[in-house]
Amino acid sequence: MRVTRRQFVKGGVAAFTVTFAAPEFLSDLARAQGARGRNLVVLYLSGGNDSLSMLIPYNDPFYTSRRPTLAVPAANVLQVGTDSSRVPLGLHPRLTGLRQIFDAGRLAFVQRTGYPNQSRSHFQGTDIWSTADPNNSSGLGWIGRYLDSLPSPVDPLVGWNTTSSLPHVLQSAHSAVPAIASTGGYGFQSPNTGSEAAAERGAAVRISSHLPLNQPELSFVYGSAAAALATLDRVALVNAYTPSAAYPNTGLGLALRAVAGAMAKSIGTRVFYVTTGGFDNHSQQNVNAANGAYYTLMATLNDALLAFYNDLNNQGLLGDTMLVSFSEFGRRITENGSGGTDHGAASVMMVMGGRVNGGLYGTAPNLNTDPKNPTLENNAGDVTFETDFRSVYARVADGWLGADSVRLLGGDFRKSSLTFI
Amino acid sequence: MAGLASNRQIEHLLRRAGFGARPDEIDSYSGQSYLDVVNALIHYEDTPDVVDSFIGQPGYVNVTSTAGGFSPQSNIAHARQRWLFRMIHGDRPLQEKMTLFWHNHFATGYTKIAGALGTAEGARYMAAKSTEGAGKVRGQLEMLRDNALGNFRDILLNIARDTAMLVWLDGRTNTKNNPQENFAREIMELFTVGVGHYTESDVYAGARVFTGWNLQRPGTAADGSQHYEFVYNAGNHETTAKTFSFPIYADGNRTIPARSASNGMQDGLDLIDALAANPNTGRYLATKLYRFFVREFGDVDQEFVGAIANVYDQSRYDMRQVMRAVLLSTQFRDEASMFTRYSWPVEFVIRSIKDIGWRGFSVNDALTPMASMGQTLYEPPDVSGWDAGQTWFSTGAMLARMNFAASLAMNQKFNLATAGKPHGASPESLLAYFLDQLATPPLDTNVAAELETYLRATGPWTGSDAQLQSKCAGLVHLIAGLPEYQLV
Repeated sequence: MRVTRRQFVKGGVAAFTVTFAAPEFLSDLARAQGARGRNLVVLYLSGGNDSLSMLIPYNDPFYTSRRPTLAVPAANVLQVGTDSSRVPLGLHPRLTGLRQIFDAGRLAFVQRTGYPNQSRSHFQGTDIWSTADPNNSSGLGWIGRYLDSLPSPVDPLVGWNTTSSLPHVLQSAHSAVPAIASTGGYGFQSPNTGSEAAAERGAAVRISSHLPLNQPELSFVYGSAAAALATLDRVALVNAYTPSAAYPNTGLGLALRAVAGAMAKSIGTRVFYVTTGGFDNHSQQNVNAANGAYYTLMATLNDALLAFYNDLNNQGLLGDTMLVSFSEFGRRITENGSGGTDHGAASVMMVMGGRVNGGLYGTAPNLNTDPKNPTLENNAGDVTFETDFRSVYARVADGWLGADSVRLLGGDFRKSSLTFI
Repeated sequence: MAGLASNRQIEHLLRRAGFGARPDEIDSYSGQSYLDVVNALIHYEDTPDVVDSFIGQPGYVNVTSTAGGFSPQSNIAHARQRWLFRMIHGDRPLQEKMTLFWHNHFATGYTKIAGALGTAEGARYMAAKSTEGAGKVRGQLEMLRDNALGNFRDILLNIARDTAMLVWLDGRTNTKNNPQENFAREIMELFTVGVGHYTESDVYAGARVFTGWNLQRPGTAADGSQHYEFVYNAGNHETTAKTFSFPIYADGNRTIPARSASNGMQDGLDLIDALAANPNTGRYLATKLYRFFVREFGDVDQEFVGAIANVYDQSRYDMRQVMRAVLLSTQFRDEASMFTRYSWPVEFVIRSIKDIGWRGFSVNDALTPMASMGQTLYEPPDVSGWDAGQTWFSTGAMLARMNFAASLAMNQKFNLATAGKPHGASPESLLAYFLDQLATPPLDTNVAAELETYLRATGPWTGSDAQLQSKCAGLVHLIAGLPEYQLV
């Protein structure tokens, strides 16, 4: 079911085509396109992460005065040194594993990432981070565009999304990125058994090859069905994966376990998408108490990432892996009356991996309430960005994926100080 | 509009203004004009609302209860089953469809409510009927169902006072010393005017407007009447004037005046009136209605949006008149609009049950597959609702649809073989029968040929009972799993 570029243009399909190789070529393709090649894991912290509670400027007097109940006491933070503006920083006390990775030099924090006139809408904000286009956030996802730029034919397992629906960041013109929330349920079922069931599966595979090129919306569904059927057997391999580290029994833990399994089984996937939610803490954010909302978020993040890091390290896969996190916005500096924080602006991105130059990139905000404070905006209510998030994407694209960031992002966002890879 | 509505038109109407058609639904609407069918759909009060009384009765889809019995007022899995049951067996399809539209529009997630108040209470504030329990709590969904074609301004006011919403968007903690922006932002961004038609300072002013719109807990635990409900708490209200970037009053005035705390609830009523009357609200709703009812593919028809927004404004926000205009619009009735929407998982599931059969099937067995397809009722992913469109068709979600079709076909194996038997003389006649039962847009000849090839695979055609049992179920599985069948 290979569709050439020429047929694509001739067919006039604007929205979607599929450029899969025939299944018998898939394993060769997988080897050529990614097995034991570089992997990228995109981690979305959904809801707007309060990065001031994750990477904490604990000595800033305004941090304590503006967050009377949410501030983490200086004595409790896990100190990670000072940034280039000499602001001492500490991690949330539950992030012991991340501190360990940081100390190993394999975790980078890029402070104050965002963009001009940052949207405080979850919806629009997520679209902007997904498309890397603040001016038109309805287009294809930036990872989707990267997949489209790979030489055709593209292995349908080149991307793996661990959520059940397709996130905007992976929306692509030519690739139906598999959504595999659980490898166990990823199989072909039939009301029959034996040769009847096999005949059904054969029919389903052949049907999905008759791509209706003149109907792009229907083609999209055909592409999904074809990609699902073409990848079932390889995904089943991941079920047999035995990790070398114990993953927590959380959604994020299980997702990262599957990602590690896919890498270890060399099924050819290059880009993984993982998400963990619950960051929209308008009330009872409870940063400090064990079992508090934000404390639990940090526990989920820490335990899953540490297991993933250790597992990959044990398997010798860490050097092939980079994980990049983002969230749609940071949160308001001053806590609200509900013991929570409202929607804010700039936040912190994390980059983790075996070839990452860890450390603190960019500078922390000064939380002084002076409306002229240049590190803040919105009448000193929110953190203003210092590093355009597209500069981080650009570094990942150029330095890790081997892509052309100027083309991929539609502009030159390269920033020489971002040397995390 | 004179002349009888064709079966194709009735099926189109029921796929969009309902969840597909049971055989008896087609029968009951055929023989009427298109206008009569539309009138029957929008004047659903003329049909008794008795569907819940059929739950557990023979002849209907099953529900699966737990040790304590079937308790949709306190168990969210039961509440989900009750709603699916209504979609399958109810005779007020548009009421149920609009309820889904509003559930997505005012998207509220059970888990946060349950996290704050407990699981039984979470289900209660989402799904209880006011007759279920001494506290007379009417859950959010029942409120939306009661107002499915009501006045939009009333729906907004009800939502602003809804217990689940006051927890979901934190209005219960909105006080004068600490205004809470969450509800104020979403009522503008997602419920009324939309992005681009309000400013950040409107959000802050809106938060102050709704200070004091909190919860109280009357009743007693002893008789089970204790419950949370809306209260205007004057002591928590911020009394200074609030100025907006858009008109609040008919004379164009943009400022809600300073008021005494005891009169301060009027602030919120004024803002709700202003948002209902804002010209951007009608256009925002019309656009969403176009995507949900008329056409998902291609650009939004701006002529439609203008016309529907006009009905909204002229009728003073009467959703019955709005929906009447939607269903009678040339855009809706256009043949080219048929099958131009991606079905939501709940639409796919209900339609396939109506098409394939339900006797001996429990809607409980649809809940996990629906989650894999990306849709759990009472649990939209966030306040903006489900993403819909192509996001429904990730590979995993498409596989979940195909696998649901497989499990339903297996469950209905004997019924399908019985239904197929009169048409079992040849593969062609059997295929024609089942393609008529499970309507799709016209199939490519290659695709139809593959279905026939499947019927001829594994041995010569005999039409025996044994062959029909495997082939009817296998064929139905393949048809319901076709990409074409995912379109409505």
